[in-house]
Amino acid sequence: MVVGLVGSRDPGKRRRTLAATKLGKGAAWLSRTAGLGEGGIIGGRVAMALDRDVLSGLAAGRTVVLVTGTNGKTTTTSMVARALSAAGPVASNSTGANMPDGHVAALMARPDARYAVLEVDEMHLDVAAEQTRPAAILLLNLSRDQIDRVGEVRTVAARLRQVVVDNPQAVVVANADDPMVVFAAEPARRAVWVSVGGGRWTGDAASCPKCGERIDVSVERWACSCGLRRPEPAWSVHGQTVVTDGGRELELQLNLPGQVNYGNAALAMATVAQLGVVPEAALPRIREVSEVAGRYGDLVIGGRKVRLLLAKNPAGWHEMLQLVRTSGRPVMLVVNAREADGFDLSWLWDVPFEQLAGAQVVVAGERAADMAVRLRYARVDVTMNPDPVEAVRLAPPGDLDVIANYTAFRMLRVKGEA
Amino acid sequence: MSGTPRTSAVRIALVLPDMLGTYGDRGNVAVLAERLRLRGIDSEVVEINAGEFVPADCDLYMIGGGEDVAQLVAVRHLRQQGTLVAAAERGAVVLAICAGMQILGTSFVGSDGVVHGGLGLLDVSTRPMPKRAIGELVVRPDPAFGSELLTGFENHGGCTYLGQDARPLGAVLSGVGNGVNAVEGAVQGRVIGTYLHGPCLARNPQFADRLLSMVTGTELAPLSIPEVDALRAERLRAVGIR
Repeated sequence: MVVGLVGSRDPGKRRRTLAATKLGKGAAWLSRTAGLGEGGIIGGRVAMALDRDVLSGLAAGRTVVLVTGTNGKTTTTSMVARALSAAGPVASNSTGANMPDGHVAALMARPDARYAVLEVDEMHLDVAAEQTRPAAILLLNLSRDQIDRVGEVRTVAARLRQVVVDNPQAVVVANADDPMVVFAAEPARRAVWVSVGGGRWTGDAASCPKCGERIDVSVERWACSCGLRRPEPAWSVHGQTVVTDGGRELELQLNLPGQVNYGNAALAMATVAQLGVVPEAALPRIREVSEVAGRYGDLVIGGRKVRLLLAKNPAGWHEMLQLVRTSGRPVMLVVNAREADGFDLSWLWDVPFEQLAGAQVVVAGERAADMAVRLRYARVDVTMNPDPVEAVRLAPPGDLDVIANYTAFRMLRVKGEA
Repeated sequence: MSGTPRTSAVRIALVLPDMLGTYGDRGNVAVLAERLRLRGIDSEVVEINAGEFVPADCDLYMIGGGEDVAQLVAVRHLRQQGTLVAAAERGAVVLAICAGMQILGTSFVGSDGVVHGGLGLLDVSTRPMPKRAIGELVVRPDPAFGSELLTGFENHGGCTYLGQDARPLGAVLSGVGNGVNAVEGAVQGRVIGTYLHGPCLARNPQFADRLLSMVTGTELAPLSIPEVDALRAERLRAVGIR
């Protein structure tokens, strides 16, 4: 094995990759210099325009992990990358640029890295896997996300299943509690099942992805009459404890809040264990993750200190509402409905906002009125102003918890001061 | 059923939300129950999941939209039980949304590409549409359902043809609707189908109250909810109306 030499064995292909990479880097430099942005994505796009296969060239010779699912992609990718750094240098698209141009940019930035951990949009896993031939694929969870754009959950599950079939070289690390994920990962030649513990959204899994019949997902060992059932997990989370495939019990003690992140940490540990990083080496590194691309981070908006939380779909909102309910702080909810968010806000009615009853809630964002109506019918006391900086002044005194959906979150990161 | 105000609680059935409830359809039941409560009228919401029995004695039944596979399973469940059809024939009000409207029709094409028989409560048949209809939908309703425009979101791949016994819910002002003759939805007796998907009653309080009046037999005084007015104005403005 050639160690430290990353790239294709085909000299012609290596030359093309190199040329495309050089020009892409030039474009990235120009973009940064012109003050247009961080330059990563534009560099990736230029390199791809020059060489269609640049991603496969850049991935050749590296051990690649692909991370996908509806929620927790960015956070879990960051955990896997951090943990895998115990084995060697890691390239990763840590800012959440999860389309092919983002992958190219991430690999271009770290030509030295033996390992690559890439967050992948669910609808782009096929392309990413074909080009990078991953050693491991991590499947987190599948629920409704921007349904008018991405398509029905079952369609996504079927696509991921095909990727699993087409990549027999990859070990598939998958959430055993999610019927959609189990359906996708089931054909894997080698699967590592992880039970992620409680507190998960099950609203989209009630009807079986394989046959459409009802599955009772409230029981731990769910099973459908068609034969699809929860596999026996090799790893599992109980409260804050993870039980490894070797039967060892480790206290997670994460810096990130929320039950959902215990499951993400267990999935990350199971993944790097397949690549030779033992749980005892992985966990301290995973604990270092405290803020991921601004999520869970503190900001100052309109003179008020806020903790900024991202929620992109019913499952994410469900998780974040649990978090703010326990914090007891005043709450602001910020909602947009741009293309990246999905134009349809019907899902607001699937989220149990009733649990905010009794709290004084402020709503903002381009679609504040939709949220206000939802809360009004949930009998939650609500005040609204589309401008978050104005809206924040309507909140009761004290530090705030702010939950925002995708483009609203990005807007707040620009408006707020770190 | 008209004239005398009722004294018992209004029973609202949420039919198969685990199979047909992909787009926040349960919001309609929350809206109906809250609008009754604000007027001092009791209600009881009965949620019927797959495998459970649909009671025949509810006043109003709400069936939502869903993914294609679930649609086929749902129609089988409902046909086997027969109670929903019996309730509708007795005069219960039925609101069926998107895939829910399709399975209440005489026939529809399933995800398998095969023509399936529906429950036959609406004289409509649904066939695939060349291009999926996704976006804001604005409808001028049949006056029986109020004077205010109906606003909502549609997301469906079905073209719905009305037969002799069904009339449209309204005329399409913006969006696609049934995809035939610029009309939207279907009404037959007290069974109402619509492509205004998900929580359509949240944006259309007059429509919600019309359904409740059909059940209670009384005219209901309007409610003032400023957030709803703001939302309606904003959504209509977004498609260039008013």
